[in-house]
Amino acid sequence: MSDAPSQKDAHIAALGAVMADRDDVWCLDSDVGGYRTTLGGRFPDRYRDFGIAEATMIGAAGGLAATGQMPFAHSLAGFAAVRAFEQLKLDVVAPGLPVRVVATHSGLSAGHYGSSHHVCEDVAALRALPGLTVLTPADAVSTGLLVAALADHPGPAYLRLGRKAVPPVYPPDAVLRIGEAVRLAPGDDVTVLASGPVPVQVALAAHRALAADGVGAGVLDVHTVAPLDTAAVIDAARRSRLLVTVEDHSTVGGLGSAVAETVAELAPCRVVRAGVASPPAGGVGGHEELLSRVGVSAASLAATIRGTLARH
Amino acid sequence: MSRSHLAPPTCPDTAALAAGIREQVLQMARGPEGAHVGGALSSADILACLYGGILRVDPRAPAAPDRDRFVLSKGHAAVGLYAVLALRGFFPVAELAGFGRDGSRLTGHPPWELPGVDFATGSLGHGLAVGLGFALAAQRAGTDQRTVVLLGDGEQQEGSVWEAAAAAGRMATPGLLAITDCNGLQINGTVPDGDADRVAARWAACGWRTEIVDGHDHAALLPALRGPDAGPRAVVARTVKGKGVRFMQGQARSHHVRLTEALHSRALRQLTADR
Repeated sequence: MSDAPSQKDAHIAALGAVMADRDDVWCLDSDVGGYRTTLGGRFPDRYRDFGIAEATMIGAAGGLAATGQMPFAHSLAGFAAVRAFEQLKLDVVAPGLPVRVVATHSGLSAGHYGSSHHVCEDVAALRALPGLTVLTPADAVSTGLLVAALADHPGPAYLRLGRKAVPPVYPPDAVLRIGEAVRLAPGDDVTVLASGPVPVQVALAAHRALAADGVGAGVLDVHTVAPLDTAAVIDAARRSRLLVTVEDHSTVGGLGSAVAETVAELAPCRVVRAGVASPPAGGVGGHEELLSRVGVSAASLAATIRGTLARH
Repeated sequence: MSRSHLAPPTCPDTAALAAGIREQVLQMARGPEGAHVGGALSSADILACLYGGILRVDPRAPAAPDRDRFVLSKGHAAVGLYAVLALRGFFPVAELAGFGRDGSRLTGHPPWELPGVDFATGSLGHGLAVGLGFALAAQRAGTDQRTVVLLGDGEQQEGSVWEAAAAAGRMATPGLLAITDCNGLQINGTVPDGDADRVAARWAACGWRTEIVDGHDHAALLPALRGPDAGPRAVVARTVKGKGVRFMQGQARSHHVRLTEALHSRALRQLTADR
């Protein structure tokens, strides 16, 4: 899919439109490339590069937002969400300021970069911050739509993106709302709840494989992990014998945990979590290869679903 | 450049204001939790000069958009800030009696809820980046608003201080003033590298125009703190931890103190005697 736009390309295009439309929106950079030459060139008075200083960028974003501005702060997931976690917690989320942290290289999307750049705990940490919206779009189109929606969304937000181009899921005229999961494929034997580009592709491929066996596997794109679309989760739990979550993130604390917490309290249903239970072994691997090593692949997912349905 | 509609305060007697801050700090240290007394007393003169003669803020309109901003990055000196805000009319002085007591909004570190608090602080090493954000907003809006950040010298062991200092230096952000309350002591003793000359050298190395002043001499402090600032500027204020109370002065253990009635009386007598 090298000719498809990356989520970052789509984000830059959408943020450019927002900044052209809105005088209070800023682009903050931490030497991550791609922003200085695009948005920095178009909007020099609302672009600042803090250098390799993510905590300072997030703290300054809090100060800017406290004066009524809306900064989009850009980094990689590990540096924005994990290194600068305390700044995000105290200087952005606690006061409910409308800072948007945009993080690429999430999950295992950094591929061959190695474990220093794999970030599978950010959603778990950030989901514990009350009032922070956590978005994990599945493709370039939905990334652009969610960025446009963020311009009018109250409170702070974290936009979790991958690194490379990903296959399209949505048509350009799709409509997405923050907080509303999207049903991408029908089926009520099992519902697969997926977040992020590869997980959604894996879920759709599993849907096709299972359909050939006569198993109806519905697919929900849970592009907003926090706040979770509890109505959609409860609906899925009532329609299906089994819920399966798929995410490019630890099985602890992310989408799988959010779904399990919700159904345990409100609509008991068996939940199986697919994700990064432990770091992938085996040295260098690309994004999809690494995820497949930890069981996030269409074949593995379909086998899990067949086996679990057969036992219950 | 547009000017703030607010004028700097013209408190006729900043020394009396500083004495009032110190009295209130000691009063709050009598409460159930005690208080971070040492660093509040070392910064009392800085706070008195800021709120008595420098910061364009209005207690009747504490959220006026074109006010100057103040960030107490050494948030544990909250009792000093509470005292000066109350004495300047941001909230009733009587409210100070609630410090540390259940239900009071006067927490051990400055909260969002309090009029006059521009940004909640308490975790060291956060305030300078926040202040940089304030200053960037003012720069872009083309106003002459100033942002003043008060840091501790011990706080400057946090690497995030130097991230932010370097970023502000590179950006040459105008209207940003960082004051170091350089009292030389932290909980475990002397601040390593806490000598004012060495502290000043670090700020200068980050591209800040830097000067050292006596942090208890209002005649030196007031002009040093006055703007406008064309770029980021650092004032390193030589201070004494526990200043004003002889049995606390220069003592690391004055960092956090709960005063008994007898100690409070003794402290108050020393404060008055030394005025």
